[in-house]
Amino acid sequence: MGEFLLVTIQVDMHDRLALALQDDLTSRIVKHRSRGVLIDISALEMVDSFIGRMLGTIASMSSLLDAETVVVGMQPSVAITLVELGLSLKGIRTALDVEKGMATLQSAVSGRQDASDASPAQISLAAFVE
Amino acid sequence: MSPSWAAHPEREGVQTLGSESFQIQSPEDIVMVRQAVRKKAVSLGLGLVDQTKFVTAASELARNTLDYGGGGTARIDLVQNGTRSGIRLTFEDRGPGIADIELAMRDGYTSGNGMGLGLSGAKRLSHEFDIKSEVGVGTTVSILRWK
Repeated sequence: MGEFLLVTIQVDMHDRLALALQDDLTSRIVKHRSRGVLIDISALEMVDSFIGRMLGTIASMSSLLDAETVVVGMQPSVAITLVELGLSLKGIRTALDVEKGMATLQSAVSGRQDASDASPAQISLAAFVE
Repeated sequence: MSPSWAAHPEREGVQTLGSESFQIQSPEDIVMVRQAVRKKAVSLGLGLVDQTKFVTAASELARNTLDYGGGGTARIDLVQNGTRSGIRLTFEDRGPGIADIELAMRDGYTSGNGMGLGLSGAKRLSHEFDIKSEVGVGTTVSILRWK
């Protein structure tokens, strides 16, 4: 328990790959009984409406599976573009980097448990490489 | 319809310096178009934010071509108008066409499963935007970003 999943997206994903990640991640949340998902998109040079929607779907599905999602490392140029595109990524928690994202996850998860119940998170790496 | 690209209207003063064409038949092709547009934008000397905006617009339109047009082509032109240079992208399909362009351009409207941001978002991310569509014939969308 208390395990977090760290997903690092390292490739320019085509749409089917993005959907595969979505499916893969939800099964891993259940398998590892994860309480949190950290998605590192610092390597992504572009987030369009498809990838934005995928991030939103992951956040909603994780939430139904009792896990919090935090998206970290968005490049400033990507953030500027998303706003102009009209995509506000409502319902998605973000943090500047993995460290801050981890802190966000820990406080979110411990806020839902007894304080004594909160144990340090273990991280399993689910790097997604094509 | 006239042969691919032959009928592209040149606006007065806008010269095309070079072109590259791509087929859009699969999701992988969308990635290829994104990467080709990024490369062209870098070679033109666009800043990182401008590059990102235009690549994102290209991705939205390429996906429209695939998902709604049933596939088609993308053409990347380097253009010049006097001392100004820029990149123009033209996406063409022979799909069902769009009956109501005004409705299709509206934020949040979608005829499929998307978020309805493709056309309107691509327009906001570009300096110039042009769309032509005929029901039963196809759709051509063109965007331009000046340096």
